[in-house]
Amino acid sequence: MARFASLVDSLGGTPLVGLPSLSPTADVRLWAKLEDHNPTGSIKDRAAITMIEAAEKEGRLQPGSTILEPTSGNTGISLAMVARQRGYRLICVMPENTSIERRQLLEMYGAQIISSPAAGGSNQAVAMAKELAAEHDDWVMLYQYGNPANAQAHYEGTAPEILADLPSITHFVAGLGTTGTLMGCSRYFREHKPGIQVIAAEPRYGELVYGLRNIDEGFIPELYDASLLDSRFSVGPDDAIHRTRQLVEREGIFAGISTGAILHAALGIADKEVAAGRKADIVFIVCDGGWKYLSTGAYAGTLEEASAALEGQLWA
Amino acid sequence: MAIQVRIPTILRTHTGGNKTVEGSGATLAALIDDLDAQHSGLKNRLVTEEGKLHRFVNVYVNDEDVRFTGALDTQVKDGDSVTILPAVAGGC
Repeated sequence: MARFASLVDSLGGTPLVGLPSLSPTADVRLWAKLEDHNPTGSIKDRAAITMIEAAEKEGRLQPGSTILEPTSGNTGISLAMVARQRGYRLICVMPENTSIERRQLLEMYGAQIISSPAAGGSNQAVAMAKELAAEHDDWVMLYQYGNPANAQAHYEGTAPEILADLPSITHFVAGLGTTGTLMGCSRYFREHKPGIQVIAAEPRYGELVYGLRNIDEGFIPELYDASLLDSRFSVGPDDAIHRTRQLVEREGIFAGISTGAILHAALGIADKEVAAGRKADIVFIVCDGGWKYLSTGAYAGTLEEASAALEGQLWA
Repeated sequence: MAIQVRIPTILRTHTGGNKTVEGSGATLAALIDDLDAQHSGLKNRLVTEEGKLHRFVNVYVNDEDVRFTGALDTQVKDGDSVTILPAVAGGC
């Protein structure tokens, strides 16, 4: 069905496309789940819309309510779109080292931005949002890092869509941020096709982002359950940019930089499967399109220049 | 050849400010013992009294998280690259 009552109703049902050029052999195939085909152009629409609707059902949100959320961009953009449609005010706590496009989109949708310091990255944004929530009883923090509705969106949407489109799936690779995509999809896969390997690709940023004052200020999202993952890879900006460019050059898919990191992990798995002589159908997530990251410099110049330009930025 | 280990900012007080140090050992646990002999106090920051990796410390051998490859028993060899990072919130 391609007709919907409103933009929000068109959530999900995204295409799964093959990668004929990047797949290593006819027996080991890569498939991209195009989450940029969502209402505001990212996978975060699933979490944002599901979290808002859950809060409405529980009576936590009424017209005129103020929503508060720590976000480096995509979740905020999704929330802002829905908030404007439904008459909520939105305040996003966002690290100052995120791309200008993300700020402009948030402002366009009418969100208010509170900047958190670049040093400390999203950790600082989360800490600051928790403080603000404690000071303002009437603000509703949906809290994507700990809200079960985030993972539920993928349990009910992303994973069943993939399994219906590609029953022969052997591996699922996605980005690790809030962990919502991986947790929700893995739970569904383990119930419905237990053999699927679930692999996390985690972006590795510049040093600034890891600038904690002590180790005990570290952060693990409340949603995270390591038993739902089979392996976890850290991917730096060089590999992420290289793969982002390969994806657009060889397959025509213009994706954001975090998708390059996920593709890098997926190609690593593909190589192992080829070496082991096994058949594999590897599905990975395209989180968003590249539009919001053009100003970062990731798409122009040499790889070295692009990688240097990303130093200190929250590129995923 | 040895094993290259990347040290996060927060732990460089133990390495004289060095971003990268070298060590050896057949497992991650042995490597950490070797590093601790050269850079006193490092082990205490990485491993708990119960002998497990600290909850907020992530260690990667050739970019793979060791919690999925045997944790401190993960095998390492010359030429491997080890990265230590504090656990922080990702961008979302």
